[in-house]
Amino acid sequence: MTAPSQSLPAAASGTKPLDPRIETISWILLVLVMISVPVWGSIYAVYMACLISINVIATVGLNITVGYAGLLSIGHSAFLGVGAYASALMWLHLGTPLAVNLVIGAVAAFAIGLVFGIPALRIKGVYLAIATLAAQYSLYFVFQQWTSVTGGDRGLSLPKIDVFGFGDTGFYYVVAFVALIATLAARNLFRTRIGRSFIAVREKDYAAQVLGINVVSTKLIAFGIGAAYAGIAGALLAAFLRIVNPDQFTLVSSVFFLAAVVVGGRGSILGSILGALFMTLMPEFLREIIALVSIEGADLASLLSPLREIIFGSLIVLFLIFEPRGLVGFVDRALGRSENVEARQEH
Amino acid sequence: MTSDILVVSGVDVTFGGIRALSDVSLSVPERKITAVIGPNGAGKTTLFNVISGFYKANSGSVTFAGTDLLSQPAHTRSANGISRTFQNIALFPGMTVAENIKLGAHAQLRTSLFAAGLYLGPAAKEERELEERMDKTVIELLGLQDNRDSSVSGLPYGTQKRIELARALISGPRLLMLDEPFAGLPTTEKATMAAQIRKVVDERGVTVLLIDHDMESIMGMSDQVVVLNFGEVIAAGAPADVQANPAVIEAYLGAEA
Amino acid sequence: MALFLEFSLIGLASGGIYVLAALSFVIVYKATNIFNFATGEMMMLGTYFFYLFDTQLGLGWIVGLGMGLTSAALLAIVIERVMLRPLIGRPHIVLVMVTFGVGSILRGFAGLIWGPNVRQLPETLPRKPIFLGDILVPGKLAWGFVTAGVIAALFMIYYKFSRAGTAIRATSTDQITAESLGINIRAVFLLAWALAGLLTAASGIITASVNGVTPQLGLVALNVLAVVMLAGMTSIGGVIIAGLFVGWMETIVGAYLGAAWQSFIPYLVVLVVMIVKPYGLFGEQRVERI
Repeated sequence: MTAPSQSLPAAASGTKPLDPRIETISWILLVLVMISVPVWGSIYAVYMACLISINVIATVGLNITVGYAGLLSIGHSAFLGVGAYASALMWLHLGTPLAVNLVIGAVAAFAIGLVFGIPALRIKGVYLAIATLAAQYSLYFVFQQWTSVTGGDRGLSLPKIDVFGFGDTGFYYVVAFVALIATLAARNLFRTRIGRSFIAVREKDYAAQVLGINVVSTKLIAFGIGAAYAGIAGALLAAFLRIVNPDQFTLVSSVFFLAAVVVGGRGSILGSILGALFMTLMPEFLREIIALVSIEGADLASLLSPLREIIFGSLIVLFLIFEPRGLVGFVDRALGRSENVEARQEH
Repeated sequence: MTSDILVVSGVDVTFGGIRALSDVSLSVPERKITAVIGPNGAGKTTLFNVISGFYKANSGSVTFAGTDLLSQPAHTRSANGISRTFQNIALFPGMTVAENIKLGAHAQLRTSLFAAGLYLGPAAKEERELEERMDKTVIELLGLQDNRDSSVSGLPYGTQKRIELARALISGPRLLMLDEPFAGLPTTEKATMAAQIRKVVDERGVTVLLIDHDMESIMGMSDQVVVLNFGEVIAAGAPADVQANPAVIEAYLGAEA
Repeated sequence: MALFLEFSLIGLASGGIYVLAALSFVIVYKATNIFNFATGEMMMLGTYFFYLFDTQLGLGWIVGLGMGLTSAALLAIVIERVMLRPLIGRPHIVLVMVTFGVGSILRGFAGLIWGPNVRQLPETLPRKPIFLGDILVPGKLAWGFVTAGVIAALFMIYYKFSRAGTAIRATSTDQITAESLGINIRAVFLLAWALAGLLTAASGIITASVNGVTPQLGLVALNVLAVVMLAGMTSIGGVIIAGLFVGWMETIVGAYLGAAWQSFIPYLVVLVVMIVKPYGLFGEQRVERI
C-alpha cells in the first residue's frame, strides 16, 4: 500500500527553470512595488509591509531547511527569538548599530541552532523535528526565566531607531532592503553547488554521498542557514516592534512559519514570498471578519488566538493533501507552465 | 602489463547472521573493463556497496590506487576518483538534467556559502565553466543535447540511464562503477551503451567495473570477468575462459531460465 | 532518605501517565510508521471530552468516561481516515507535518470551546493519601498510577494475545508481507489510531484528575517524546521502564534543584539519547537497504 513506485500528484521544487527574462522582470517589479509602498500606502500599509518583509526573511529561511533540504524544523520561532534577544541585548548594552545587531542575531541563531541540530542531524529520521520542538520549549523557558538578562515576561524595551532621519519610512526601507538581499541570496544559492547539494540530500541521500556530498554537514548547513535567517528576522522584528518578550516566540508562531512554507510552496523562493504575504495578511482579514460578525460582548482577543491555531493547522493539512506545491502550483497553472503531473516528484 | 587500480581482498559481509559476501577478493586492472556476474542474490550489489562505503565489511580490505578505502566515509569516494551508477537509477527527480549532471562535479567545485549567496565573480564563473565542461565532455558524448534543460522525471528509461552515466563521468573519474548498465534497455540501446562505455575506457583512460546479467553484452565488451555465487568468487579471468568454466556453468544452470 | 523515597514514589507515579501516552505513540508508529506529533493534543482533547460528558452534560463519571473514551477513539479514527489516509505513499516528512498541523487544530478547538482557563475534573479518584510505612503518597497520584498500570497491562495483553494485536505486530514487522498474508492493513491502521485515541484520553484524564485540564495540557508531549526516544521508538516494554524513569528523574530534579530545572529534563533526555544511543535503550536499528 505504501508502494514507492506509486506516482504522485505533487511537487514543489522549481524544476522547470523560468525564462530568465521573466524572472528578471519579476524581480524588478517586486523592487518597484517595495520602493513605492510609502508613496502610495498609508502608515498602516508601511507597517504591514515591514511585517511582511520580516516574515518573508523567516519563511525563506525555513523553506531552505524544510522545503529544499527536506528537514522538518518545528521550532522556527525559537530561533527568531534568539536573534531578537541577541540583537536587543547588543543594542541595549553596547549601543551597536542595527547592521551589527543583524549580524549578531544571525550568528547567535545559527550557533544555537547548531546546538540543537548537531545531535539530531547525525541520525536519520525525524529526530530534528523532536530536537526543534525541544528548542521551542526550552528556549521559551530561557527567555521567560532568565529574568536578569531577558527581563522575564515583561521582556526588553528598545529605543526608537531613526534611519537617516527618515523615521518609520527609513526603517521600512532598511527592512525591505535586507529582505530583498536575503531573498536574492537564497535564490542564488540554488544556482550553485551548495543549493544543489541540499536538494540532492533531500531526494536521495545515498546517491548524494556517491557524488561527494557529506550528508551530515550539508544538513547542518541547510538547517543552520534556516536558523540564521530566522535570527535576522528576529533582530529586525525587535527593532521594528521595539519590544522583545517570550510570547512572541511560541509554538503558534512556529506553526505560522511552517504554514507559510507549505501554503506558499515548499522548495520555492517565490513560494516563500507568497506564503509569507498570505500568512501575514490572513490574520488581519480574520480580525476584520470577526469584528464584523462579532456578537455583543464576545471577547475578540480570546477568540482570535484559538482561531488562528485552527486556521494555521488547517492550512498545513489542506495544502499538503490538496495542493502540495502550494500557491506556486496555482501560479504555475495560471501561467500555463504546469507540466504533466507525473513528471514531477514530491519530496 | 597494467597495474591493478582497485584491489579487493578477503572481504566478508554479514547481514543479521546471513553471510552476503565471504572472503571475496578481486583485482581490477587499470584502463580495462571488469565485469562482475552471478545469479540474483550472489552479492554483486553488496560488493558495490562495500566499495562505495555504504556497507561495513566485517573483515578484509579495499584498496584504490594505493589508498585504503574502507577507513574513509562514503562521500570521499568522489574526490578519490571513483564514481558509480545505481541499479534503479538514482537521479534526483526534482532537478533538471543539467542540474543532475552538475551534481556529479560537486566534489571538485569550491564555491563557498557566501560566494554562492552573492553569485558574483568567482561563483558565477565556476558555474559557467562547469556548464562549458559539461557541454563539451558529457552532453555530446551521451547525446543529451535535446534534454539538457528539461526535468529529469518523465524522461524515457534509456535517457535516464545515460543521464546517470553522464553524471558519473563529469568528474573525470579514474574508476567508474556501473550497476546493471544494460538492464531494461532495448537491444539497440544496449549496443550504444556498450560502445559509449568502451569509448570512455579507450579515449579517457577510465577503468570500468560493472555488474550485469546481460551475458552477450558483457562477454563482448569485458576484458575480465569475475563470477560471484552465494557471496563467493567462483571464477575470474578472460570472458572465454570463464564461459568454459564448469563451476560457472553449474551456478548458472537453472538460474537463467 | 525517607524524603528521597517519597519523591521517588511520586515520580514513578507521575511516570505512569507518560507510559500510557507513550504507548499510544508507539502503537501508531509501529503500525503506520507515522510519527505522531499530535499525541499531546489528543491527550488534551480526550480529557475535554470526558469533562464535557461528565461535568458539562452531567452524565456522571461512568457514562462520561465511556462516552469520552469513545469520542477520543472516534476522533483518532477521523484523523487517520480523513487527514492521513489520503497521504499514504507520500514522503514521510509530509505525514509528520500533517500530524503537527492536526495538533495545532486540536489546540485551537479546545481553546475556542473551553477557553484558556483551568477546568477541574470531578473527584473520581480517592483523595486520601496512602501511607507506605513513613512514606506518604498523595491519593490521587497513587490511584492514578494504579489505574494507568491496569490500563497498560490490559493493553499489553490485548497487543500480545488478540488477533488484532497480532495483525498490528505483523504489520509493523513487514507491511507488504502482512498484506500478502491477508491482513487488512487499512483496518490495522484504523485500529492502531483508535487504540491511540483511547490510550491518550486515558492518560490525559489521569493527568488532569490531579491538576485539571487546559488547552496547554498537550505540552507534556515533549516529556512523552523523551520517554519514547529513550525507549527506542518501537519498544512496548521499553516504554514502561523509560516512562517510569523519566517521571522519577523529573520529580527528583524538581525536588532538589527546583522546578526551573525540571523543565529541562525532557530535553536533556532527548539530547543524551541522541548523542549516546540514537536508537534508544530497547529500540531496533532498522538496516537500510539501498
